[in-house]
Amino acid sequence: MSEQAHATTGTYLRVAAILVMITLIEVGVFYVPAFQSALVPILLVLSAVKFALVVMFYMHLKFDNRFFTFLFGGPLLLAFAVVVSLLFIFYGAVRLRTGV
Amino acid sequence: MAHAHHTSMGLDSRKMAFWAFIGSECLLFASLISTYLLYKGRSQVGPYPHEILNIPFTSFSTFDLLMSSLAMVLALAAVQRGDMRQGKLWLFVTALLGLIFLGGQVWEFNHFYHQGLGLTTNLFGSTFYVLTGTHGAHVTVGVIWLLTLWVQALRGKLGPAQAMTVEITGLYWHFVDVVWIIIFTVVYLIQ
Repeated sequence: MSEQAHATTGTYLRVAAILVMITLIEVGVFYVPAFQSALVPILLVLSAVKFALVVMFYMHLKFDNRFFTFLFGGPLLLAFAVVVSLLFIFYGAVRLRTGV
Repeated sequence: MAHAHHTSMGLDSRKMAFWAFIGSECLLFASLISTYLLYKGRSQVGPYPHEILNIPFTSFSTFDLLMSSLAMVLALAAVQRGDMRQGKLWLFVTALLGLIFLGGQVWEFNHFYHQGLGLTTNLFGSTFYVLTGTHGAHVTVGVIWLLTLWVQALRGKLGPAQAMTVEITGLYWHFVDVVWIIIFTVVYLIQ
């Protein structure tokens, strides 16, 4: 069977608390001038952590059959590759055209 | 609905199909996010993102959607253990939080429009409205789905035997939440 024991209510509440804390940190980092130089990597890492927490605990991928992780992870990796490839192609083309 | 359909791997076929659907949705949103990023900073006329985006307001919307995900897992846990009183409550709370998010998005779109940002004003307007509007359409579908389940629960047609239906609804709702986590960072915080 695919169903494993899901997380407890306490785990769900702790995950929610962590998600809220990370969101507060994200907004805080956005407003602090000292973080502006590293803003993009910090925000991307924080949002990736939030994404992983929701998928693992609320969508139960941590507890469910690994085939579901494959069904979701495969297209997710492809989607990430599409975003990165398009950015490289587009900015590469712009650089070729403008020489900048 | 009460009969489980399993694949040769022993997995629920509806859940398997739904994960495949969510995978395809990843590609849809990846294309929209790519488009937003490709045209970022290329608008010839304003309003520009830093002039118009309201971070405190959107942070509240993000908090609201995160709490709706918590309410959704609590609804599923309640239905699985047969506590339909709690199940009905948390399903309604999830739908209500979804409606609050949608209300915020309607207010935001209306506010931006009156600030001079229409769908065809500039590249930012086009990509912003298409990306966040597509997400909002998904939230709308989720709210309708949740309210349908809630009505079924009120009529006594939803119980532990239908827990998989609630779980699949939850998968959709949490996916909508994780998409917003990305949009909040890429569109609102990284300007």
